[in-house]
Amino acid sequence: MNDSDRLDATFMALADPTRRAILARLALGAASVAELAEPFDISQPAISKHLKILERAELISVGQDRQRRPRRIEAKPLAAANAWLERYREIWEANFERLDALLEELRPKPAAPPGKKSVFS
Amino acid sequence: MVKTLAKAEVSLPSDREVKVTREFKAPRELVYKAHTTPELVQRWLLGPPGWTMPVCEMDVRVGGKYRWRWRSDEDGKEFGFHGTYREVAAPEKIVHMEYYDPGDIGGEMGNGALITMELTEKGGVTRLTSLMDFGSKEARDAALSTGMTDGMEASYKLLDGMLSEDGTAKHLSHL
Repeated sequence: MNDSDRLDATFMALADPTRRAILARLALGAASVAELAEPFDISQPAISKHLKILERAELISVGQDRQRRPRRIEAKPLAAANAWLERYREIWEANFERLDALLEELRPKPAAPPGKKSVFS
Repeated sequence: MVKTLAKAEVSLPSDREVKVTREFKAPRELVYKAHTTPELVQRWLLGPPGWTMPVCEMDVRVGGKYRWRWRSDEDGKEFGFHGTYREVAAPEKIVHMEYYDPGDIGGEMGNGALITMELTEKGGVTRLTSLMDFGSKEARDAALSTGMTDGMEASYKLLDGMLSEDGTAKHLSHL
């Protein structure tokens, strides 16, 4: 896969709440298919289908244990997706920091504190 | 008491959308004014470093049009956005269409995006939410790539250093 295809696969895999929940669970540690299926109200075959999509996107891998076949999260594609969004975010943040400064400048100046009378009053 | 304001956050609510949120220490009226007054918009809506905004025309009312154009200090190349306001509810909401004008830099972004900007104020802090619906995944991804002139390779190199167990969980919360 080239970089662009890889990002496509990552975002496609992430565009589903069940798959994001599976990843959130795996972020806490490796788990078997049965363990992953447990908190969800869907069948094990349905979970397996989600896992296959995550595996194809290289977001998870299968551990050594032949019996349990624990799934593990793979950080790299997530970090790549995040780095990509981060660049976009930084452009907005730079805009918004300029806006912060402008808002500060536009802010009505606080009135003179009471007691400190102007010469006209 | 100094409250820490939320920095810009970017999320992908669906395949076609991008959502940007940010908090400002200013009343909503002022944030709205800074978004709808051309001379003010020109001072902050500049994108990546090295760009200025020589054209900023805005007729902020339902059916009114706007035209924005940016120019690179380095080579004078230009690109822009233009569109029409669909909904204008000062000082809380603006909905507009946004069409990409490739100017001298080229590229395309599909059939335009529908932008919904909302402002809510609480305790002197204004929260901005901008939801951009690009109509397709391809158009959205093209828009997200804007300004990334040095391409993906650089970000892949960059992230080699930032991988960690903790990082994984943190990255998830962004997405």
